[in-house]
Amino acid sequence: MPAEGEGAPVVRLRDAAVVRDGRTVWDDSSFELPAGSVVAVIGPNGSGKTTLLHVLLGLLPARGTVEVLGSRPTRGNRRIGYVPQNYTATTGYAVRARDLVALGLSGDRWGVRPLRAAEHDRVSRALRDVAAAPLADRRVSDLSGGQQQRVAIAQALVDDPPLLLLDEPLANLDMRGQRETVDVLAALNRERGVTMLVVAHDLNPLLSVLTGAIYLLDGHAHYAGVDAVVDAELLSHLYGTQVKVVRTAQGDLFTRTA
Amino acid sequence: MSAQLAAVGYQHDWWEVLGAPFMRNALVGGTIVALVAGLIGYLVIVRASSFAAHALGHIGFPGATGAVLLGMPVTLGLLVFCVLGGLAIGVLGRRAGDREIATGTVLAFAMGLGILFASLSSRSTGVVTSVLFGNLLAISTGQLWAFAGFALAIVVVLGIVFRPLLFASLDAEVAAARAVPVRALGVVFMLLLALTVTMAVQVVGTLLLFALVVTPAATAVMWTPRPSRAVAAAVALSIGAVWAGLVLAAMFNLPVSFVVVSLAFLAWLATWVGARRTRRVGDPHLRRAHDAAHAG
Repeated sequence: MPAEGEGAPVVRLRDAAVVRDGRTVWDDSSFELPAGSVVAVIGPNGSGKTTLLHVLLGLLPARGTVEVLGSRPTRGNRRIGYVPQNYTATTGYAVRARDLVALGLSGDRWGVRPLRAAEHDRVSRALRDVAAAPLADRRVSDLSGGQQQRVAIAQALVDDPPLLLLDEPLANLDMRGQRETVDVLAALNRERGVTMLVVAHDLNPLLSVLTGAIYLLDGHAHYAGVDAVVDAELLSHLYGTQVKVVRTAQGDLFTRTA
Repeated sequence: MSAQLAAVGYQHDWWEVLGAPFMRNALVGGTIVALVAGLIGYLVIVRASSFAAHALGHIGFPGATGAVLLGMPVTLGLLVFCVLGGLAIGVLGRRAGDREIATGTVLAFAMGLGILFASLSSRSTGVVTSVLFGNLLAISTGQLWAFAGFALAIVVVLGIVFRPLLFASLDAEVAAARAVPVRALGVVFMLLLALTVTMAVQVVGTLLLFALVVTPAATAVMWTPRPSRAVAAAVALSIGAVWAGLVLAAMFNLPVSFVVVSLAFLAWLATWVGARRTRRVGDPHLRRAHDAAHAG
């Protein structure tokens, strides 16, 4: 396994391309993400944001060079935590938050061996790390959208992966749920040094934690640092509508001009 | 009319009836089936695939009547139709349950085919009634051995796949990313369900299948969200319904299926009403509210 020192990129693409059902989703894409980054993945609907996550997870093949944590993407990589889109819609009434998180540790294990004490501790710790310890014994369906999102993050996190992929974690959350989720992500990045790719439609709630963004534009994936991304001209091009960047005391904000 | 009604009522000799050889078969067979129904039922609830269980029961009907027509064992006919039906649903994917009109149309055709086979056979009426409503008291020793083999296979396979199957059921996309074979497990689950339905149809019949395979597990999941406890409770409820069903049927000369279904229904109804009441009070934690209600 290649060395993975301080400077080694967590994700590296070189002349990468994805073809799906005979259609090129994006191609000619090259970038490197440094360890510890928090990167938004932005772009119009259908531009291949989820596709990028699936490529990194090894669920979809890509052409060119793709490296994740120093090796080619393969399914079943325990060093990547994944929170899919609409996570909350598929989880149910029949299990507790704790059970769902435990599946992140043992869900790919065959046979009947119950969890060990140390594994129970890791489940509790993951729930604590996302500020969801008091929710451990609640039914998942009884939790609010924001709470369910945090439980999903705990499940992705329970195996201590250095890389977290989150697909629209802020969609369908109210402002409080968004803020709580972003706070959890910020703390994970700060305290555990977890590198994150966050698919998002709205950058505003994430701006305080972002170090950069991958933007899918004109059929290619580009990477830029956060200062370059929060640029009215680029954002206007990206969203196909006039966007204005407003500098405020609390940080940058961008709005759609009427 | 009154003569027919008189047959239903307290039977003084019920204890001797329970000791008869056909009762022993019914008790052993019913227990095996209830055990498996509770186990599989939990996964049916978690996967939200109760419609698949319902569909397999109907698909089994022409299998059973067709087997009688050809002079073959009912269990074999049920097995072939349920396994093929289960494979079809499993391969088409979970969305098969959403295509309500297509599935309903196929089920109606299956039932029609079943009644055609029955009408072609000389001993039709008895067979039709026992396939539609079950006939636990007619379980033969040969069927018992088949049931024991099915149950053993189901328990062993379930022991191996339970956790990845639970993962795939709750979280298909994450499970796939973790290299869990989600689609293959879906097919395995449908095969296990097909085996379960094959047996359960002979206990409670095509039309009452829900009561043994789905209702006890649905009740158990309302009781507790802990997977291990919910599975145990589902199994206990199924077995309890079958045992009580046999005893009460012997005591009062009632159809066994009726008592089994009624007990499962009453347990579910009481739980559902209780759960709704605690929900209205506003405490989402059902167990705590339930305990508090009992303490005060």
